[in-house]
Amino acid sequence: MNVALDWRVQNQPTGLLIADDVHLSRGGRRVLQEVSLTARPGRLLVLVGPNGAGKSSLLGVLAGLLAPSLGRASLDDLPLSQWSLPALARRRAMLSQHVQLGFAFRVDEVVMLGRSPHATGGASAKDGSVVDAALRAAQAWHLRERNYLELSGGERQRVQLARVLAQVWERSDGPAWLLLDEPEAGLDIAHQHFVLQQARKMAQQGYGVIAVLHDLNLAARYADEVALLAQGRLLRHGSPSHALDPQVLSAVYGLPLRRVPLDDGGWMLGPV
Amino acid sequence: MNIPLSEVLGALGRWLSGSELSGDDHVVLMLRLPRVLLAMLVGAALACSGAAMQGLFRNPLADPGLIGVSAGAALGAVTMIVLGGAFTGVMSELAGSFGIAGAAFAGGLAATALVYMLGRRRPGIGALLLAGVAISAIAMAGVGLLTFLASENQLRDLTFWSLGSLGGASWQRLAVISLPMLLALLLLPRSAAALNALLLGEQEACLLGFRPERLKPLLVTLVALSVSAAVATTGVIGFVGLVVPHLLRMLWGSDHRMLLPGSILGGAVLLTAADTFSRTVVAPAELPIGVLTALLGGPFFLWLLLRARIGEVQS
Repeated sequence: MNVALDWRVQNQPTGLLIADDVHLSRGGRRVLQEVSLTARPGRLLVLVGPNGAGKSSLLGVLAGLLAPSLGRASLDDLPLSQWSLPALARRRAMLSQHVQLGFAFRVDEVVMLGRSPHATGGASAKDGSVVDAALRAAQAWHLRERNYLELSGGERQRVQLARVLAQVWERSDGPAWLLLDEPEAGLDIAHQHFVLQQARKMAQQGYGVIAVLHDLNLAARYADEVALLAQGRLLRHGSPSHALDPQVLSAVYGLPLRRVPLDDGGWMLGPV
Repeated sequence: MNIPLSEVLGALGRWLSGSELSGDDHVVLMLRLPRVLLAMLVGAALACSGAAMQGLFRNPLADPGLIGVSAGAALGAVTMIVLGGAFTGVMSELAGSFGIAGAAFAGGLAATALVYMLGRRRPGIGALLLAGVAISAIAMAGVGLLTFLASENQLRDLTFWSLGSLGGASWQRLAVISLPMLLALLLLPRSAAALNALLLGEQEACLLGFRPERLKPLLVTLVALSVSAAVATTGVIGFVGLVVPHLLRMLWGSDHRMLLPGSILGGAVLLTAADTFSRTVVAPAELPIGVLTALLGGPFFLWLLLRARIGEVQS
């Protein structure tokens, strides 16, 4: 603990979340190979790629959930495997695709679970105000007294987003990370755009945000950077216009794609 | 035998001050008091273990018996009742109820250890559940076989044991079982925050900074210790571990920081009340407490089930 503290005093945490030559095998299958990627706080990085490309696996490695078979993932130049779990939990939160909750909890109690890595563990007035703020930021404030089990899929998704935001709300000991695995899944078009707008807003406030998205047009519209994965390899990483190259995408998805110009000077991807 | 409250307090006072004790005082101090304390301890242990298992398995209908502990303890006890005579001819000191209780305790722990070792071969909680079901079934088959082999006297002992009773309460017994039970009652509530996080799934618990792979063996060990000790002393008393946490969830919600201490309190109250009722309702005979809790708990369980079904249809 004191060693870590001294280290902090001498070195401002870089906040960089880095995958360095990451390989990952699961059940005998190679799901990630030679993936090197540096993610910076203050940016919205979107991971795209066909089904089975390794997007969620890469997110799992960057969250510290999956240990790479080779290579390493690090935050503040410290390998994730050397972080204490509660300290890591205060610096990065992840919205998973499938959260199970079979017990009756009030919505604000679910969001309060996000405060469990913090010293007060959900008991202080500060935790209460963080929960309030996170509920508002996720447009779920009006649901706060409802039973979570009685919510629709889209409402649950927003409540889980609020829980994840509450986990890393104050960013006290360095830039915090939000990892979002298909945050738009199950949401209507208005809420899809809202979630991405919120993700971008968090990035502008200094969070590092990494989102796995299937919708290439949402990626093109909101991402600061896009990383394109296919068959466990990182093919392109850069600005949306660089990474979402129609020729490369057509080959990767096996579907001819082209850019359709929009009135506002932007573009959309659509089938030829 | 009806002893007024003033006499009970008088007996306690004479006992604490070291005065000479009357016959009634002996009934209060040597029979009633340890029995009430035993009921409180066993009720608290069963209810708190039930709440912890329901959290661990993320299923509000889970029972402490799911990890094989009750069936293992039953097999231990029945083995001692039926085959114990073979060894205890030599060591007749052990032959009494302490031998049966010891065998039940050992059987509960052994079955749970086996379930845990089999269940950890695959990730997730499902394997533990399946191993628990399988080992319980095998243990109950063993109980069935031994019942078939038992003599008439043994059958009577065996039936009496399996109905559950707090009648064997004594200060020595309390002293023996209070260690594993108090250990569980003190340590289980400390896992409340981790159990709350675990309700979201094992991955979410990791992301929130907890280690489910460490929580599992800790909870299984504590539950095995306390439930084995409970079953060993009183026989199988069902439904306390299921009903008490359920009632509390309806009152206060599912937060384990409330639920675990609440279950300790609720279990103690419920089993003490149930035992008092079972002693008095058909006095001077005693209704076996296991029968009473099953008689009350069974319909309650059905009501929960039907209520859930109706709720599903409505939503």
